[in-house]
Amino acid sequence: MPGVISRLYRGDIDIDFVGKRRTWYGLSAFLMTVSILGLLLHGLNLGVEFRGGSVFDFARTPGSSIEQVRQTVAEAGHNQVIVQQAGPNWRVTTESLKAEEVTKIQQAVAQKYGVPESQVSSQVIGATWGGEVSQKAWIGLAVFMIAIMLYLSVAFEWRMALAAIVALVHDLVITAGVYAWSDFEVTPATMLGFLTILGYSLYDAVVVFDMIKEVTGKLGTGAKMTYTQAANNALSHTLIRSLNTSLVAILPVAAILFIGTTLLGAGTLKDLSLALFVGMVVGTYSSLCVATPILVTLKEREPKWQALAKRVHAKEVSTAKAARTVKEPVSAGSQGTTPADDKRKKR
Amino acid sequence: MLIIAMGATVALQKAFVPKFGLDLAGGTTVTLSPVLANGKTPSQESLDRAVTIIRQRVNGTGISDAQVAKSNDNIVIQIPGAGRDEALKLVSTTAELRMRQVLAVAAAKAPPVQPSTAAPAPSGSAAASPAASPGVASTAKASAAPSGNATPAGRALSKALTAPTPEPSETKRARTSGGRAAKASPSASASAAPSSSAAPEDAGDPLAGQDTSGIDQALLTEFRTIDCSAKNRGQGALDDPNKQIVACSDDGSARYILDKAAVQGTEISGAQAGTDPTTGEWIVQVNFKSKGATQFADITRRITSLPAPRNQLANVLDGVVIVAPTIEEAIPGGSARISGSFTQVTATDLADQLKYGALPLKFKQSSVVSVSSTLGQDQLRGGLISGAIGLIIVMLYLLLYYRGLGLIGMASLCVAAIVTFLTVDVLSHNAGFRLSLPHIIGLVVSIGITADSFIVYFERIRDEIKEGRRTLRSAVEVAWRRARRTILVADAVMFIAAVVLYFLAVGDVAGFAFAMGLTTLMDVVVVFLFTKPLMSLVARMRFFAKGHKLSGLDAERMGRTGRAEQTLQEA
Repeated sequence: MPGVISRLYRGDIDIDFVGKRRTWYGLSAFLMTVSILGLLLHGLNLGVEFRGGSVFDFARTPGSSIEQVRQTVAEAGHNQVIVQQAGPNWRVTTESLKAEEVTKIQQAVAQKYGVPESQVSSQVIGATWGGEVSQKAWIGLAVFMIAIMLYLSVAFEWRMALAAIVALVHDLVITAGVYAWSDFEVTPATMLGFLTILGYSLYDAVVVFDMIKEVTGKLGTGAKMTYTQAANNALSHTLIRSLNTSLVAILPVAAILFIGTTLLGAGTLKDLSLALFVGMVVGTYSSLCVATPILVTLKEREPKWQALAKRVHAKEVSTAKAARTVKEPVSAGSQGTTPADDKRKKR
Repeated sequence: MLIIAMGATVALQKAFVPKFGLDLAGGTTVTLSPVLANGKTPSQESLDRAVTIIRQRVNGTGISDAQVAKSNDNIVIQIPGAGRDEALKLVSTTAELRMRQVLAVAAAKAPPVQPSTAAPAPSGSAAASPAASPGVASTAKASAAPSGNATPAGRALSKALTAPTPEPSETKRARTSGGRAAKASPSASASAAPSSSAAPEDAGDPLAGQDTSGIDQALLTEFRTIDCSAKNRGQGALDDPNKQIVACSDDGSARYILDKAAVQGTEISGAQAGTDPTTGEWIVQVNFKSKGATQFADITRRITSLPAPRNQLANVLDGVVIVAPTIEEAIPGGSARISGSFTQVTATDLADQLKYGALPLKFKQSSVVSVSSTLGQDQLRGGLISGAIGLIIVMLYLLLYYRGLGLIGMASLCVAAIVTFLTVDVLSHNAGFRLSLPHIIGLVVSIGITADSFIVYFERIRDEIKEGRRTLRSAVEVAWRRARRTILVADAVMFIAAVVLYFLAVGDVAGFAFAMGLTTLMDVVVVFLFTKPLMSLVARMRFFAKGHKLSGLDAERMGRTGRAEQTLQEA
């Protein structure tokens, strides 16, 4: 194990990501199925901002703090509680409540803060993130996808665009699945977390694709590597970058998530950081194990690369027969010429 | 330089802390109750519509994250910041649609300071020959390109980011301004678009050559000085139906002097969007109640023979002109048709505006209360503490992994943080940006993006050295050329995401997208103007160039020797 770490540290590591693509596809398909099932069977736990809720108003007594009021209401059996000072009153927003639940909260508050029960007013409030806002968000998402497809098609090619988008959808579905199964509340903050994942997941894939483009662009007809091997090579090369970047991005989020869940309980911090945390982990995985394998699968159908693959395999077989076992297919291409020369070709 | 400039701005404005949003700083809650005759309850449909309209109004700038919700029969609005009177006025004004004859019109461009010295054109001489006036030539069918946007096109991008741009729906309207240059008559001869399109730039006075008879002197002065390109061009103002007024077009491209209201919006019985059966183009059909039908017939009969622009009938809503079609013939019968290059969306939009006026209900403010933040102080504190802890871990990691290079990375992060903070600060004091917790988290997350840029660069440098570049200096330069493209391509993705979300979303999302786009730009700026130059500089130092153990560029770290041996064995 220390060997692996020090090799990783030196950036000297070859993992056959693409070769194991069936494993990854299987894993991803499994995760996606579980997530979609979660969304369908269990559904998302939408917050007050989406579904509307109940608002309580009562006079502020000396010595009561926001935290105390939040706790009092939460103890009456609810977890989506927003407490605000409004003029001389407390204003408490909760999820939609039934009549008897409303009474229960009124009693709890009256008892604890010495306000007459009749003075605790309750109202039903509509969603601040109504249909209109959500609809616009969906339109925004659709336009975003199209814009990115176009951009990546121009900057790279359509296969890369497609692979990146598939990976993106993969990330979103799995993140949403985690929310569905874990029953964490979906608030506007969560939505913003999702939106960040959009950008982040693509960003990661684009950096990897850029390297793949550079490496494979140098593969001529006489090359000694197939597209698959070259792509794998590119992936290994950006692996350190991917891991370092993800780590640097995830560490602060993990810190926020940790503090958000352990010390503060429910709240914006937890909502947002959980979405980000899950999305980033899944995003790193998918840019390595989903986006690239899909790209390779698409590319290997092209006649040009098929022909190349055939040639390389033929050569490999003959070399193998010549009694020199090729240890790693990936490094196969890097042998033969002088070291400096062939490394240039790889990158 | 940039930092100094922004730092100076901050110091001058004594604005050391950015303004916070609703969740962090609290704000003002306004409860609006519908006012209905004989104690009826309003329909849920009209309440929903009012919520939508108010949401559009309060989030007009797209970056201030106000909340609007229905509460029983009331509407509850939370605006960040306490006691913001102008915002309160804006949300509760019940504007109505009014039709007014156009008396004078000009492009929106504010005149090069032309105070009262420019005497109004002699009213008698009635320079009414429209062809002579550059501003109103009816031949100006150049309406195809109405000056749509008062800002120079080149600045469009920076404007989108720095200045509060109109909210999505408004942008939509602006785009169709060509289409709104429509005619209200069934006859199809597409002539004179609102003359507003051709700006009389040579003539300093926007009124040059126009007939100013019958217009109040005060209005003429106001007309000359009104700035329609400003963010607040009078939306939400209540216009007095019995007075002449000066108003801007909805998209800010033109300004008008308008006569007293000829028809009130309450006289419109309905409006719908549809397609013309013969041409198939989108039109808006407007129907009047009986009194309105008479008034409409009268006004169209009276003005149809007048020279432009006095044959235009402006529809004023919320204090701005939403459409000012040329009337080509008297329209009796209580129904009119507006055509032009509408799309389904823009036609429906206009029909809705005509139908509902502004708010479908009349409201009174039943309470105005200032509220504290929705998050407790604990959340904010927790966020800041954990963000700081995260940052420290990241810095430690960078130092441990990249050693000397890590220092450069840390410096880049610090510079990025300072630049971002200053930008947010300047924007919040000058462009209405309000920082909320999601924004802060977004900024923390962007650490990853900033870090990625130099990580990509560092890895490239290491690659170059592994490949046997002789000197660090050449490695640094070659690696930069390769890393630069990657950084730009990847940042472009983030930026597209931010721009799309900004323009297509409302409220929270728009603000968040704004923060995201901002950090992406900052990243490019920092890596180009700071990290790279610093790296070039550092490459000349012995410590790094000789590959000192702690520089992060030593032979063992690079795996150079190991690699070489390995290759030798294999070969």
